[in-house]
Amino acid sequence: MLRISDNPTLDTVAKLVTVAVAMFAFVFVVMVPLYDVLCDALGINGKTAGQAYTSVPVMVDESREVKIQFIATNNEGMPWEFAPRRSVMRVHPGAVNETVYLARNPLPDAMVAQAIPSVSPARAASYLHKTECFCFNRQPLEGHSSAELPLQFIVDQDLPQDIKTITLAYTIFDVTETSGGAVAAR
Amino acid sequence: MGDHHHGPAKGIGRWLFTTNHKDIGTMYLWFSFAMFLLGGFFAMVIRAELFQPGMQLVEPAFFNQMTTLHGLIMVFGAIMPSFVGLANWLIPMMIGAPDMALPRMNNWSFWILPPAFLLLASTLFMEGGAPAFGWTFYAPLSTTYAPPSVTFFIFSIHVLGLSSIMGSINIIATVMNMRAPGMTYMKMPLFVWTCLITAFLLVAVMPVLAGAVTMMLMDIHFGTSFFSAAGGGDPVLFQHIFWFFGHPEVYIIILPAFGVVSQIIPAFSRKPLFGYDSMVYATSSIAFLSFIVWAHHMYTVGMPIAGELFFMYATMLIAVPTGVKVFNWITTMWRGALSFETPMLFCLGFLVLFTLGGFTGLMLSIAPADFQYHDSYFVVAHFHYVMVAGAVFSMTAAIYFWLPKWCGRMYNEAMGKTHFWISFIGFNLTFFPQHFVGLAGMPRRIPDYALQFADFNMMSSIGAFIYGASQLLFLYNVIATIVAGEPVSDEKVWDGAEGLEWTVPTPAPYHTFEEPPRVGPGVHAHG
Amino acid sequence: MVFIAKQLCKLALGPVLLLMSVIAVAAGDESSINMSPGVTEVGRQIYNLHMIILWICVVIGIVVFSVMFYSIIYHRKSRGVTPATFHESTKVEIAWTVVPFVILVVMAVPATTTLLDIYDNDEADLDVIVTGYQWKWKYEYINDEGENVSFFSNLRTPQSEIYNTAKKGKNYLLEVDEPLVLPVDTKVRFLITANDVLHSWWVPQLAVKRDAIPGFINEVTTRTSIEGTYRGQCAELCGKSHGFMPIVVNVVSQEEYTEWLGEKQAEATEIKDLMAQTFSLDDLMERGKAVYDSNCLACHGANGEGGLGNAIAGSPIATGPVGPHLEVSINGVPGTAMQAFGEQLNDVDMAAVVTYQRNGFGNNMGDLVQPIDVYNHKKGQ
Repeated sequence: MLRISDNPTLDTVAKLVTVAVAMFAFVFVVMVPLYDVLCDALGINGKTAGQAYTSVPVMVDESREVKIQFIATNNEGMPWEFAPRRSVMRVHPGAVNETVYLARNPLPDAMVAQAIPSVSPARAASYLHKTECFCFNRQPLEGHSSAELPLQFIVDQDLPQDIKTITLAYTIFDVTETSGGAVAAR
Repeated sequence: MGDHHHGPAKGIGRWLFTTNHKDIGTMYLWFSFAMFLLGGFFAMVIRAELFQPGMQLVEPAFFNQMTTLHGLIMVFGAIMPSFVGLANWLIPMMIGAPDMALPRMNNWSFWILPPAFLLLASTLFMEGGAPAFGWTFYAPLSTTYAPPSVTFFIFSIHVLGLSSIMGSINIIATVMNMRAPGMTYMKMPLFVWTCLITAFLLVAVMPVLAGAVTMMLMDIHFGTSFFSAAGGGDPVLFQHIFWFFGHPEVYIIILPAFGVVSQIIPAFSRKPLFGYDSMVYATSSIAFLSFIVWAHHMYTVGMPIAGELFFMYATMLIAVPTGVKVFNWITTMWRGALSFETPMLFCLGFLVLFTLGGFTGLMLSIAPADFQYHDSYFVVAHFHYVMVAGAVFSMTAAIYFWLPKWCGRMYNEAMGKTHFWISFIGFNLTFFPQHFVGLAGMPRRIPDYALQFADFNMMSSIGAFIYGASQLLFLYNVIATIVAGEPVSDEKVWDGAEGLEWTVPTPAPYHTFEEPPRVGPGVHAHG
Repeated sequence: MVFIAKQLCKLALGPVLLLMSVIAVAAGDESSINMSPGVTEVGRQIYNLHMIILWICVVIGIVVFSVMFYSIIYHRKSRGVTPATFHESTKVEIAWTVVPFVILVVMAVPATTTLLDIYDNDEADLDVIVTGYQWKWKYEYINDEGENVSFFSNLRTPQSEIYNTAKKGKNYLLEVDEPLVLPVDTKVRFLITANDVLHSWWVPQLAVKRDAIPGFINEVTTRTSIEGTYRGQCAELCGKSHGFMPIVVNVVSQEEYTEWLGEKQAEATEIKDLMAQTFSLDDLMERGKAVYDSNCLACHGANGEGGLGNAIAGSPIATGPVGPHLEVSINGVPGTAMQAFGEQLNDVDMAAVVTYQRNGFGNNMGDLVQPIDVYNHKKGQ
């Protein structure tokens, strides 16, 4: 066994301190990234990939139709008007679909928003590929202005047969405070 | 050599600068008892408000501060330090060591505790009030929505975590390096074993708790978003980290209690523990399993079904080693020559009530049924059966059992038995009805409730006042014993007691085992 | 005092009551001491599972405690017994490891099947978004064709009952101003999320409990088979008024549901019409008081005296210009507990409550705020 010190007591202490420090580090360098990996893999919380999906050309499965529901939620203190243009779409797996969310900043000052996607059922999360999404970036809006936020997605052909409806929810958060730079940059 | 035989220093300096394991043990025990009374007082406030439907005494916001501080103080201030105190007193005496391996660190690990709890208690007087997000402090209620005092709360968790880690390192270093010649691992008393395993658990998970509160601190003050969805974090991650600490923490609380009971039941059965080896293995497997069951506290967060099933099966498995322990204690009593002094009564109380708590634990492990139990009073009843009737009863038993050895005076047996029966009745009156209201749909952590829960809540409150009052009797009995108890001089105190701590004179001298004893090959040092 | 005396009498009967409860448990009654089988298939499965595990525990308990009490009675030192010295027996130890394991496997089978049933993914006939707020619920019915129907559901129990100045009603703390209405025998999918902190949507009779997590969506389904009113509460500590955000679900026939939904939609249209109208002070004050009591009172006090929130009586905002008052009410004050109510209240209610605040509590500003003012403010004019 590895000996850190010739004094047996100090040796024990040194090893235990190492364990304690390692466990502290473990939280930050293992648990957090591991959780993200598991979320991506298992769709925990309906999390979807944070980056655009680089699409591989696939066959469109015309024989199957999947219902996609769009939901919008404002987190507390987010005064924007935020809603999907269409609340339901019926799509074929493999096809590229486009839609938009409408956002309007009713306040006089510029604000920055971040939309967080969540898919339900969570099992479907890894089969809903977004090739373009306003949620990949923070969205700034000048006071009293509105915008159309584009979304482009493909439903994977391997989507389990028993899933017939997928709900895609966006919660919009006010991140103006933490992104002072982003406003200035515009 | 002469220098070694001096007695304790005089005055306050003795306590401030002591490196003696007995002095430090004493301070831990008194400190934890003070915290027990404080946490108990908060519980009385809670039960008084819940005595009847409607808001009578406190405001909902203050009620939440009470539940939060009650939990934190009982877990971190009362139960954990009490077992560290017991370990300090007993481990050197049980393994034939003159003191703990790191006496100076021992002093520090105690003396940073009182300031930590002073800080925690002082949050009550801060603007915005004390933490009011429950002892589990789930984000974002404890981050974005927390009162300003949360920063002080985080600091105090850091400090008491540090104290726990230092105390644990000390215990492990002592057990691994200071055993008397011939005291092999498989000859150590079970209390030493359970403390050793607990200490390993603490070294492994207290840093995880420190990590969790550090992330909270960073989220609150340094703009990170570990637990906030807006920045790509996740509030559920907090729960995973918290319970990765929190579940082993539950066993940190209960394992030393198992150790105590495993010492006392053989003593009053006048018969050796039935399965020493299997007790050691059962304790170790419980400790191991405690690391892979954490998410059973979170069945309702919406995990994938594979996760639910895994955590359900793993949790159910814990019933096996726990059962082994209960069966062992009962078989130890079987065909013994039992007598029922106060310590034994508390151990039997432990045995019955902890088993009930184990049953409800098994019920809670069943994920689909937990959808109905979760966050209801059923859970409150369950964990008080294992925490109070488990940890607190066994701790009380330990005090009655070893106090005569420590101070050379016998406690008042009649008063002790009275204390037991009042506690037992009060406890059950408090917590048994909570199973019913929980099953009938009363959520936990609410300051007011619907009318159909009124009768049982009133019963609960009356039971709580009885149980609370019985602790004052305990306090009185302990003080009366120390000051003017009947002197005992017999080294063994109890005729059935086995182990090295019973071979030193009574009362235990300030320094023991300066010459290590020799433990012969045929001797069962663990009784 | 009479109440307390009565309660104490009941308590004297405590042991009897406990015994009765045990008997009731045995009889599987739907009572105030046991889990209810509820009104769903899943609920009945969970209830059966609960009872199976409970009975297994009871049997194990009887066996274990019998041995223990036998020992306590017959193996006492005072009977002059000499203690045996036996210890360790591999056979016994293997037995008491294997037997509990087998029992656990037996328990795991129904537990697993029930869980699989809960997690089924069949198409639902109705989707309802449930959003937890501090401290109320919002329900939104997803409508594939037209606009979604959505409303907030607030505690209806008056403060006077909570603070013991009025007699408590039958459904004390379990009553809301607008219940969730669901059709019977219909598979309903709840999409659960939260606006601020964690909440948990729990209706015991529906056997549904699922956490509401801000930023994420959780789904759970139910199909009720019996019409009726079912009550539940928030089950995850969510701050001060965690105990005051109940859930009421009215399960009605398909026809009643359709009619109700039609009314809701008509109401939404009506609100649109009302928005064009001009109201009198009395109308606004009356409507405003109702809105105030269910939305503002918890923080600002029954008489505008303040509490968690600032006082409204004599406050600079309520007695200052209308613009800033509307601004605060509609968009909230970021970084404080003052929420943005613009989304939660329609323009008519918003106009009424602002008018009420400006003219009630001794503020007597004398100015009226009309729905059109609210609308214009929202549009930034």
